[in-house]
Amino acid sequence: MTARIGVVTFPGSLDDRDTQRAIRVAGAEPVALWHKDKDLKQVDAVVLCGGFSYGDYLRAGAIARFSPVMEPLLEQAKAGLPVLGICNGFQILTEAHLLPGTMLRNNHLHFICRDQKLRVENAETAWTTDYAAGQEIHIPLKNNDGQYVADERTLDELEAEGRVAFRYVDFNPNGSQRDIAGVSNEAGNVVGLMPHPEHAVEPLIGTGRTDGLPFFTSILKKLVNA
Amino acid sequence: MARVVVDVMLKPEILDPQGQAVQRALPRLGFDGISDVRQGKRFELEVDGPVDEAALARIHDLAESFLANTVIEDFTIRVEEVAEAVK
Repeated sequence: MTARIGVVTFPGSLDDRDTQRAIRVAGAEPVALWHKDKDLKQVDAVVLCGGFSYGDYLRAGAIARFSPVMEPLLEQAKAGLPVLGICNGFQILTEAHLLPGTMLRNNHLHFICRDQKLRVENAETAWTTDYAAGQEIHIPLKNNDGQYVADERTLDELEAEGRVAFRYVDFNPNGSQRDIAGVSNEAGNVVGLMPHPEHAVEPLIGTGRTDGLPFFTSILKKLVNA
Repeated sequence: MARVVVDVMLKPEILDPQGQAVQRALPRLGFDGISDVRQGKRFELEVDGPVDEAALARIHDLAESFLANTVIEDFTIRVEEVAEAVK
C-alpha cells in the first residue's frame, strides 16, 4: 500500500497537475482535492500548490485561506497531518497562521523566474528527511510576492528552533529577511517555501536535475514507515 | 444607511516597494518636494441598518481577520455618512 497525498485546486491554482505528477513520480498516489470539499478524503498528507488563487486579490492567499477545504485542513494540520505549501500554497499557510510571517511584493517589484540555489537548513521536517542538513539544491523559483517578512522576535525564534527550513544561497531574489526561502511549524509537519520542488523531479525538464524529488520521497517514506 | 471606511496601511517598519516606485517617479513628472510615498488600501463598506457599537465591533473583527494582515498591516475604521440621493 502506498501513501495517498492530496493536492488542493483553488480557482486560479496553476501547478496542481505538476504537483500530482511529482507525487506519482515519487511513488505515491495523488488525490485531487477541490477548494469546496468539506473533507480531505482521508488522505495521508496534503500539498497546497502554486498559482494565483483568487487572482491574488486582497493579498496572495487571503481569500483561499477561507475556502471550505481549509477548515478540515487547519484542524488536521494542527493534529499532525503533514502539509506542504509551495509558493501560493506557502502564502495561504501564512494567511491561515499555520506558519509565521508573511510574503510581500518582491523588493524589486518584478516577477522573477529563475533556477534558484537553496540550502536545506532543516532535514528533519516531514518533507525534508531525504535531504542532508546543509545540502545545496537548485529549484525553480517563480513569483511576484516572495519577500518573506516577520518581526525580529519571530525571526529569532525561528532561527533558534531550527524552523528556517530553506535559505537562498548566493543571491537573495526578493529581499526576504535573513535569506529565508521556507519555514516549518513547531512540530515540523507543516512546511512552506516559495521555490517549486514539483518542477524539479524529472531529468528531462528544467535544469535536468531532480533536486525537488526528495520532498515527495521524504513524505512517502515517513507515511509508509508510520 | 451608512458607509464604514476601512483604511489598511503597511506598518511603518515594513518596506513599501510600491510606494517607493511611485515616489521615485514623481521628479520625472515634475512633482518635486515629496520625500516619501506609502501606498495602502481603502475599503468602503455599505452597512445595512444602524452602525452601532455591535456593528462596529463586527467590522473590527472582519478588518482584523480578513481585510488586513496584522503581521504587516495596520488598519483604521471610520464611519462616513452617505449623502441622501438626489431626487
